Amino acid sequence: MTNASFDGRRWHDMGGDIAGPVPTDQHDFSLWEKRVDALMVLCSGKGLFTVDGLRRVLEDMGEDSFETMTYYERWIASVNQNLIEAGAYTTAELATKMAQVQARGTTYGEASDAAR
Amino acid sequence: MPHDHHDHLSPSGHPYRPDDDQPLSYWQTLEIAVRELLVEKGITTPADIAVQIDAMDARNPAMGAKVVARYWTDADFAAALIEDAARATREMGFDIGPLKLIALPNTATLHNIVVCTLCSCYPRNLLGLPPDWYKSRAYRSRTVREPRKVLAEFGVTLPDNTEVRVHDSTADMRYIVIPNRPGGTDGWDAAALADLVTRDSMIGTGLPRTP
Repeated sequence: MTNASFDGRRWHDMGGDIAGPVPTDQHDFSLWEKRVDALMVLCSGKGLFTVDGLRRVLEDMGEDSFETMTYYERWIASVNQNLIEAGAYTTAELATKMAQVQARGTTYGEASDAAR
Repeated sequence: MPHDHHDHLSPSGHPYRPDDDQPLSYWQTLEIAVRELLVEKGITTPADIAVQIDAMDARNPAMGAKVVARYWTDADFAAALIEDAARATREMGFDIGPLKLIALPNTATLHNIVVCTLCSCYPRNLLGLPPDWYKSRAYRSRTVREPRKVLAEFGVTLPDNTEVRVHDSTADMRYIVIPNRPGGTDGWDAAALADLVTRDSMIGTGLPRTP
């Protein structure tokens, strides 16, 4: 089966495409984004995965995620996938922890505070 | 209400991303869960995470500006930077990491500009985290197709006979542009010159300030 619309490049290989004006908006990174960045650096430094592993999952998430999720939302999704593959924790452990975090409160500040 | 938007700007004049006082998002929940699991498993510690955040926060374009100013004022360093920019900047005391770093000097007839078409590779250990536009579809797509139009959007218009050379970064190889030293700075020391070097001038989307 062939895909007539596939031109040999995956979606992330966007160099040379036609696109609109370069956006000028900028934002300062929030704490949770900085933590995602730190987790990537620390976990790759410990050999749990590589930058190529990070990119593989980002690229496999597809173009829709690029358009609908923020940069560090995509990163934490990829970091998590790589860590599960590396055996750092199981999906069952993650599900339990996610439920615990959500039960702590309705804001990031409340849910970040494990002592509550 | 002209004053309203100021409430959402940081001291640097940029809007904050929704953070602690916003409803908890799914991805924030995931970040907290992943972080706590890594700590519980003994893979990292809260202190290690805090140290890493501080280290990344401390990296900013002023570090790159020191490199450029030294290139302008120290011929031996300039030669060493061209030979191996990672080694030369490490010897200045910067933590460049394992990546290959290549310095791209502009000349009177050559202007360099850096992009990462595939993702967001950037000399983050020397300049800090990349600006949002560097990671945008428009910049990634168009810089290799119509660099002069992209430059014009950043307010940079070059003579037709200036060659524009676009460098596409990779995960293992990063670039820093060495802009031309502004005129009227004869006799300036490196510290004064560094104040003229902007972040964008080291990506290639800008020029240094002029005295």
